[in-house]
Amino acid sequence: MKVFLDPIKCSGYGACADICPSLFVIDEFGFAQLLNGGVVAAGDEDSARNAAAGCAENAIGIEG
Amino acid sequence: MTEHFADVYPGLTPRFVIGESGSRPLSLQEEIAAGTYAPVVTGGLIDQLEQAGLRGRGGSGFPAHRKWRAVRDGGAPRVVVANGEEGEPSSFKDRWLLTNRPHAVIDGLLLAAAVVGADRAVIYLSHPETVSSVQRALEELPPRPGSVAVEIHVVEHRYVAGEETAVCRSINGGLALPLSKPPRPFESGVDGRPTLVSNVETLVQAAWIGRNGADTYRELGTSASPGTMLVTLGGSCRRPGVYEVPYGLTLGHLIEDCAGGLSNGIGGVLAGGWFMGVADASLLEATWCYDAMRAAGSGIGCGAVTVLGCDERIEDVVARLARWYVEESAQQCGVCVKGTAAIADTLELFSQGSAEPDALANLARWGTALQGRGACAFLDGAANLAGTFSRIITSDRATQPIAVN
Repeated sequence: MKVFLDPIKCSGYGACADICPSLFVIDEFGFAQLLNGGVVAAGDEDSARNAAAGCAENAIGIEG
Repeated sequence: MTEHFADVYPGLTPRFVIGESGSRPLSLQEEIAAGTYAPVVTGGLIDQLEQAGLRGRGGSGFPAHRKWRAVRDGGAPRVVVANGEEGEPSSFKDRWLLTNRPHAVIDGLLLAAAVVGADRAVIYLSHPETVSSVQRALEELPPRPGSVAVEIHVVEHRYVAGEETAVCRSINGGLALPLSKPPRPFESGVDGRPTLVSNVETLVQAAWIGRNGADTYRELGTSASPGTMLVTLGGSCRRPGVYEVPYGLTLGHLIEDCAGGLSNGIGGVLAGGWFMGVADASLLEATWCYDAMRAAGSGIGCGAVTVLGCDERIEDVVARLARWYVEESAQQCGVCVKGTAAIADTLELFSQGSAEPDALANLARWGTALQGRGACAFLDGAANLAGTFSRIITSDRATQPIAVN
């Protein structure tokens, strides 16, 4: 499973980093940064989906 | 710099700066006599591009055959776009090509359309002299049965307007600003169709390979960086201009042999247009090929190199470039707005001689942490400026006030 982050839409709400910290961090400028090139670690699929669903800007897409 | 001036590396038999094209536009008759518009066998051409090792000349260096194959293998109908919106501020080679060899660009575009099976072909331009030149060329071109009609799409010049998703967005009637990926244009571009967006020089190079073959193409250059390239040498050199050069010589040789050498010592080098940031004089010893330039902490990019004179203070130069990044940002991505501003503010302190001790560490961190963060590569250019400056400047200099004359 791979996740994409739309940096145009991201407004830095930070929900993604709270829900799925293995995949997202909030950087020093306050915006989400993808880790691991967006590749979801085994076992984190549900939290990645929840992070995408919980993004207020709909800035997270999932492939696979 | 004279935009329409181009020349050839001494002794090189030119492939692109042919005849008198270095100083004036070639006529249709001259182009036809040189082989432009001569039939090319389109089947197998993509394999030839792969064997030739042709890389995109817009700056990314992406293997051309992969783009062409992805579009060809996408669903019909397809679109091809010749991207002549030369965004890098110090690059003039695409403008030279479009102004003095517009038929070579049209020829390359028509060939690409035939190879990938496109039924729409667009030349994407901004600079007025290129628009009039290409318009004239299309008017004098006799009807070609079986070829697609070529459209011209004119856009207002700005750095990000040449980014491939901005190209498609503009042709589709929108703003010439980048979009998030995926999808990339090969998946969904102009009219939502598979679209080949190719730099104009890449198209002309591809047509040369089509007529001369991959093996002949590889007779110049190196095994990993084959062929020749149009470079723009500028700044403090005696004869700035566009030059066709083979890969494999040192950058210092190119500047010496083509551009007449340094005109005012050397204070540093800007490479890849401005995209690869700043380097010190040691970059002149690096071999002009993709691997060696990267190993030297820089890159070839679009092939534009600016020599800084010995009286140009590097701190002032990078501060000015960083401010340009702030002003040229599309202001779409929050991380780009904030990141370019942070880099510019920090480099301004270096220019003023008042940088705090942790400023160098910040620049070094942004040099890597901001790579690949925006919707397009614009922020990567600003990050490269921060990272390269942090590497060439000494930490002593960061904490000591610098006298400003």
